[in-house]
Amino acid sequence: MRIGLFVPCYVDAFEPEVGIATLELLERFGLKVEYPYDQTCCGQPMTNTGCHAEAAATEALFVKNFTEFDYVVAPSGSCVHQVREHLTAIPQTDAVKAVRSKTFELVEFLHDVLKIEELPWAEFPHKVAYHNNCNSLRGIHHARPSELNAPFFSKPLDLLKKVRGIEIVDLTRPDECCGFGGTFSVFEPAVSAKMGYDKVGDQARAGADYVVSADSSCLMHQKGCAERLGLPQKFIHIAQVLNGAVA
Amino acid sequence: MSADDLRPNEDALHPDVQPASDESARGQDGQRLQHAEAASKPIRAPATREPQPRGAKIRGDRPIDQAEAAERFLAAPLHQKAHDERLWDVRKKRDVATQAIPEWEELRELASQIKTHTLSHLDEYLEQFEAAAKANGVHVHWAADGAEHNRIVHGILKDHGAKTLIKSKSMLTEECGFRHYMAANGIDIIETDLGERIQQLDDEEPSHVVMPAVHKTRIDVAEVFARTLGTDPTNDDAHYLAESQRMTTRPHILQADAGMTGCNFAIAETGTVVTCTNEGNADLSGNVPKLQIHSIGIEKLIPRVEHLGVFIRVLARSALGSTITQYTSHFRKPRAGSEMHMVLVDNGRSARLGMEEFWTSLKCIRCGACMNTCPVYRRSGGLSYGATYSGPIGLIIDPTFNKRKYSTLPFSSTMNGSCTNVCPVKINIHEQIFAWRKVLAEEHQIPLLKQGMMKAAGAVLSRPAAYRAAIGTADSALRALPRFAVYNPLNTWGKGREMPETPKQSFHSWYKQNRMKDGAK
Ligand code: SF4
Repeated sequence: MRIGLFVPCYVDAFEPEVGIATLELLERFGLKVEYPYDQTCCGQPMTNTGCHAEAAATEALFVKNFTEFDYVVAPSGSCVHQVREHLTAIPQTDAVKAVRSKTFELVEFLHDVLKIEELPWAEFPHKVAYHNNCNSLRGIHHARPSELNAPFFSKPLDLLKKVRGIEIVDLTRPDECCGFGGTFSVFEPAVSAKMGYDKVGDQARAGADYVVSADSSCLMHQKGCAERLGLPQKFIHIAQVLNGAVA
Repeated sequence: MSADDLRPNEDALHPDVQPASDESARGQDGQRLQHAEAASKPIRAPATREPQPRGAKIRGDRPIDQAEAAERFLAAPLHQKAHDERLWDVRKKRDVATQAIPEWEELRELASQIKTHTLSHLDEYLEQFEAAAKANGVHVHWAADGAEHNRIVHGILKDHGAKTLIKSKSMLTEECGFRHYMAANGIDIIETDLGERIQQLDDEEPSHVVMPAVHKTRIDVAEVFARTLGTDPTNDDAHYLAESQRMTTRPHILQADAGMTGCNFAIAETGTVVTCTNEGNADLSGNVPKLQIHSIGIEKLIPRVEHLGVFIRVLARSALGSTITQYTSHFRKPRAGSEMHMVLVDNGRSARLGMEEFWTSLKCIRCGACMNTCPVYRRSGGLSYGATYSGPIGLIIDPTFNKRKYSTLPFSSTMNGSCTNVCPVKINIHEQIFAWRKVLAEEHQIPLLKQGMMKAAGAVLSRPAAYRAAIGTADSALRALPRFAVYNPLNTWGKGREMPETPKQSFHSWYKQNRMKDGAK
């Protein structure tokens, strides 16, 4: 099984440890993981803004880079959502469709494809608030959203429960959007920041030492908000926790 | 913004507010409703007076600057917090009410299918409705747009020499600019819905489809009533205010020449107009004067009475978290000695029906659930959208009324998708927001700056070498990244948030150093 690792541009740039943790974690399961060297981005910043024509070349490059793999795995719910639902600016050839359908977000890959049972190396003795990133939650169905009358499930919490010593704290508004929203964060900065303040305030009141999420972009935004308010909690990607990060 | 802002909120809320009783905290599956502990607090009036923030600046057809109006709303923290908490409270009640019936998701699916079916055969159902209404002795009129609606109603009033009109809340008449038109034609209109009356007296548009004055605090209402009805300006007791409104409105109701209602559901088989209210004001508006008029958006049709049950069950639960509205009124035939008119209004609806990606927005039953759950709406206030319809449903139908003026609205969203999940008729709201962005970009209705930035981003992101050059070294990443990664022209990021730290090394260069030592790959 050949796995192509996709490291989204903002992870590449801002959170390299998340890419490293994803790579190492997948390798712990004995997988052969390759990182196509010419990769850049999935096209989301452009399509999110309505600019599909401007996204076409980036989407084509994505498909070219990942076409030869059995699975494409990325530590980002929003990028995987883009690839699966919105990578439509280029003609939908068989190759494009194949790449789109075999692209998985890390949590769902571990949970649904590898069906992992244990993480003996992982220990995280902290109070953790889990942040359900909206694209992961409602776009690629990581968990049951609070709006629906449906049986409860949560893939990320299933995985985190395998981590020794972890304590999950509850938020009053657990799946309210944190206000990042991609380009929304810069085009509507006041509302975006206020949503972030409310989110990190909720986490602080819940007594979280750490906030864990499957998306670095939300974490980056929340971290910026928490620091501005002088709140103490720290932010870490789920790949790092599952890979046995010692914090 | 300081840590003080994170304290629990104890601000004044609008008189509509009922303190939440903490209902069942568990759903069907025994799981805790995830936000059940977010109980609402008893409300006390704040000591300090904070002027009510006003809505978006309207400058003809120029694009609405929702972000600017939202920023002013946020700058009024008492209002913003009261608004957010009030609506979140409604969202919580909605969750409790919907979790209480096992067949909830099935009901949504049914409601959606009934609407989809009706809209796909709208011409037939409209004809059936017209025939049934005529057989009931109702005068039926057709209006192609808002202006024609207003002229028709004005004509009916003139025919009867009617000078005063009482009406219940109707978003359709807001769409038509009805109140302004009638005021210009010397007709006195009295809104009988409490929230709508507050907005009328304050000469402001409704900010929410179900709770028109939800953006106002009790103190704001006391001020408006003191100014317009002569009540005691220092008394902001909810009962006092509601009673004052009732006492001053009653005489108008009893003396009005004509009455008017909107329509929640129009039943094709029987020609019935159904309204759902909590104040009973639609009954008064429809039943007291000798002349009654019902304005109906053509998308309100449902085929048969038996379908109504589905909608009655989903409407109140979605809107307010109650099982049913206090009043569900059926208007079918004129009373003895009185006259009944129905005006069926298109106003852009049939054009919308022809829009492949957007026609299902016509399924909307105006429950407001998408607004209550929308994190952007709760923090911006409905008036910031500068349109008849605000919040998620507004984002997807306002551009059908005026593509240029409302071109900015589909961008006032994080596309988090909560709206789609609460919508009782399963409109894919956040996907339509995404689709609108595409349409607007293609038609060059988005700012050149934005499109230019995306073009530049696309050029960098599609060329590995250019991309590497942009973020290749820690130094250049430090300089290039904030602009590059968040496409930030004016450092709007840094205004409210700390910037991310500079990484020592990108993942890419780590990989090169640690995994490609011999240049093997
Ligand atoms: S779009 Fe759906 S949720 Fe929003 S008001 Fe209409 S019916 Fe209600």
